[in-house]
Amino acid sequence: MNWTRRHLLGLEDLSAEEINVILDTAESFREVSTRKKKKVPTLTGKVVVMMFVEPSTRTLTSFSLAARRLSADVVSFARGGSSILKGETLLDTAKNIQALGIDVIVLRHPAPGTPHLLARNLDASIVNAGDGSHEHPTQGLLDIFTIRDKKKQIEGLTVAIVGDIKYSRVARSNIWGLKKLGARVVVVAPATLIPPGIEELGVEVCYDLDKIIPECDVINILRIQLERQKSGLFPSIREYTKVFGLNAERLAHAKEGLLIMHPGPMNRGIEITPEVADGPHSVVLDQVTNGLAVRMAVLYLVSGARG
Amino acid sequence: MISACTDRGDLVILQLMTKCRQIFDAAWIRRATNRIAQQVLELNGGAGGLVMVGLHTHGVSIARRLAAAVKQLEGSEVPVGTMDITLYRDDVGMRPGGPHLPAPEGTDIPFDITGKTVILVDDVLNTGRSIRAALDELVDLGRPEKIQLVGLIDRGGRQLPIRPDFIGRKVTIDDDEKIVVHLGGPEGTDEVVVTGKESGA
Amino acid sequence: MGTTLVADGRTICPDQGIDRKLNVLLSDGRVAELTESRPAADKVINASGKIVSPGLIDMHVHLREPGKENEETIASGSAAAVAGGFPSVACMSNTDPAVDNEASSEFVFLQAERAGLANIYPVGSVPKGRRGEELAEIGQLSRSGTVAFSDDGSPVSSADIMRRGLEYTKMFGKAIIEHCEDLALSGDGVMNEGTLSTILGLPGIPAASESGAVARDIILAELTGGKLHIAHVSTAGAVELIRTAKRQRLSVTAEATPHHFTLTDQCVKAYDPVYKMKPPLRTQADVDAVREGLRDGTIDAIASDHAPHSTEEKQLEFSLAPFGVIGMESLLPVAVTELIDRVLDWPELIAKLTCNPARILGIDKGTLRPGADADVTIIDPHLTWTIDANRFRSKSRNCPFHGKQVRGRAIQTIVGGKTKYRLHPNADY
Repeated sequence: MNWTRRHLLGLEDLSAEEINVILDTAESFREVSTRKKKKVPTLTGKVVVMMFVEPSTRTLTSFSLAARRLSADVVSFARGGSSILKGETLLDTAKNIQALGIDVIVLRHPAPGTPHLLARNLDASIVNAGDGSHEHPTQGLLDIFTIRDKKKQIEGLTVAIVGDIKYSRVARSNIWGLKKLGARVVVVAPATLIPPGIEELGVEVCYDLDKIIPECDVINILRIQLERQKSGLFPSIREYTKVFGLNAERLAHAKEGLLIMHPGPMNRGIEITPEVADGPHSVVLDQVTNGLAVRMAVLYLVSGARG
Repeated sequence: MISACTDRGDLVILQLMTKCRQIFDAAWIRRATNRIAQQVLELNGGAGGLVMVGLHTHGVSIARRLAAAVKQLEGSEVPVGTMDITLYRDDVGMRPGGPHLPAPEGTDIPFDITGKTVILVDDVLNTGRSIRAALDELVDLGRPEKIQLVGLIDRGGRQLPIRPDFIGRKVTIDDDEKIVVHLGGPEGTDEVVVTGKESGA
Repeated sequence: MGTTLVADGRTICPDQGIDRKLNVLLSDGRVAELTESRPAADKVINASGKIVSPGLIDMHVHLREPGKENEETIASGSAAAVAGGFPSVACMSNTDPAVDNEASSEFVFLQAERAGLANIYPVGSVPKGRRGEELAEIGQLSRSGTVAFSDDGSPVSSADIMRRGLEYTKMFGKAIIEHCEDLALSGDGVMNEGTLSTILGLPGIPAASESGAVARDIILAELTGGKLHIAHVSTAGAVELIRTAKRQRLSVTAEATPHHFTLTDQCVKAYDPVYKMKPPLRTQADVDAVREGLRDGTIDAIASDHAPHSTEEKQLEFSLAPFGVIGMESLLPVAVTELIDRVLDWPELIAKLTCNPARILGIDKGTLRPGADADVTIIDPHLTWTIDANRFRSKSRNCPFHGKQVRGRAIQTIVGGKTKYRLHPNADY
């Protein structure tokens, strides 16, 4: 099939077929990064703006490198805090940037739905690089790409997502993508971090990590934000680590070939022990490498759909 | 739409939608590739330093056949790589309303081309834009000694100063006709057809 | 001033139980008589095929003046009111400064008089400045024309102040109009809590945030014998609690807004802040429950909760944009379109816009009894048109019904015997 979307706002909107187009495209982009000259001229003359209203060194680096490998001109526009504090609205800022002749805006923003706001009001292609607790589609895609790469297919796999489901955009993007491709998804977290109605997305809820581990083909461990404990969502870091932290002992009953993923940055010793993070099941660094190919694919596809 | 259909080898749909006439059969394709292989060897004084790079999709099959013919003639193996020039296209995002980009097949050249004579193989030569892209990609991948171009069919209509070194046959057709090469298609037939004016597609 | 005869209309005055073809004679700013005969008058308004109603009352609006005159003023709000068919509106205290003393309520009356379009009734705050422990000067405010007390925009801050407020307002026969919300439960919520808030990644406001607060305030109304009016009911739970309270004959009344009996949280899907308000749009089950509450009389009044915000603010990120939508100019057509023949008949609808709010506010309005102020709203029940917020008299444009096809419209608004709004007969709606 041909790709026709100008924006990538989330995985909720995509069909399984479209997700596969991105993954297949990413597959062919992986080769570019193995060349001596790690660059192709695909997006020569195109301008990609990295608009990171919420800081994120990793995602920014990955997207910037992806755009540069496609020969796009890359402009970074990072600013902390919400736009209103500076007296200019996000929309005004974005319109100003667009007036410079921009083709693609990669937006990271703490408020959910901001990519939609820009997509509604601007001509540029919008790529969501994480909007609050809503979605982080390229992270979801690179996780799924990594699973597909190791397991050859997604259908029929059991994937557990462990941690701060309530506030996690990574969890949401993974859930949409994995469900569309036929996986069984189980979310594991304290009840206070399970958002209402999550079952209606087709996932199972489990409060017992040990019970679910033997069934898992993949465990995706989310970073636990320490401020959640301060806002009273669980009693203490120590308790969280004891009840929901992944350690070698727990993995004794894991399937052979279990994949352990983490979107980073890791709180080593809290949600995951160093031993597991660096252990044989871990594909954490593959995720980072694959992220580059996935983001190249996304930039390429949305640019190609601009007419 | 025609080429999109045929790229997928979807001959049935193609024939339903268009008038289509065969201009060359399997025997001709076999003779043409054998002759081109001979000419390549002749011009280069043998198979030493030769590598083949076929352009997706049919250029790859032709490159493999050429390599097989070379082996038969000289007994030496010529490595074959594949190339998808999608990433080197000059029209990304410039086709309003037209078909959007397909997922690229990817380039796979598992050998160093530096210092080699690269035989670049395509099925149908037309505007020259694909070949321009392929040349750019080749020089990004290494520094070949020489690049020589093979086209099974040359239908003319060049928009760039690009000239093949070896061709199967030059063919003149109407602007709104298309030449489609089938190699090991759904019925396993090898043939070159001209598809006529689109009928309601 | 002379006499005006509103002739040949279907005259509906729920206060008197009237619904038939009657001529309404207005004389010197008062209703002179309702009659089947045709008395001579200086001026005759042909209301044939139209509904003649007592002047409608929107008992819950925010007019922003003083403080945010860029969003609305008492003058622009008055113009919007009469254009929506409302000779009378009650405006909330959450201006800057708040209406918490005689001087600030006098300012509202003064500005309303200068505008000279509608009757504007100030609602005073419960504690001074809408926060803290000290009660506002409720007695003096009551004597100078403040019709009710409310911290709307927020709930009254504690159960203790609510208790004292209900006790104190009782002396003057005034109601506390309560914005029922448990702020701790709402947290940083910006939409209804449920599957959709989970999908959208937006913090949710649970239904319990409203129903819990309603339960508390009903219990305090019972404790104090004070007069409690629940503003903008949005949840099935709250409707049920109010129904029970009424069965126990407590002095509890309630209102609902058009958006809460029409729209659901699904509207938020595209993250458009024009659908962001408090309480948030709820589920279809809640909408159905609010409609049932309107039907069985649990909910006494329909009010707009007209809350103007500048376009700039409403174009912000969903979580940063302010809560609130405007509604004075869309209330009547939306209510007619959504409720007539489905939930309410005409006299029931008009009661919720006239005598019921008048009773709750304790004002001498909402009736066509002889001697009453000559406030009349003439409604074309059949006119179909498309709501266009860009043509509103309000200064703001944040209307969730913009673009909606509707039926029914106030075509003439008479205030104290004078026509303050008339839809041009050739208007291109």
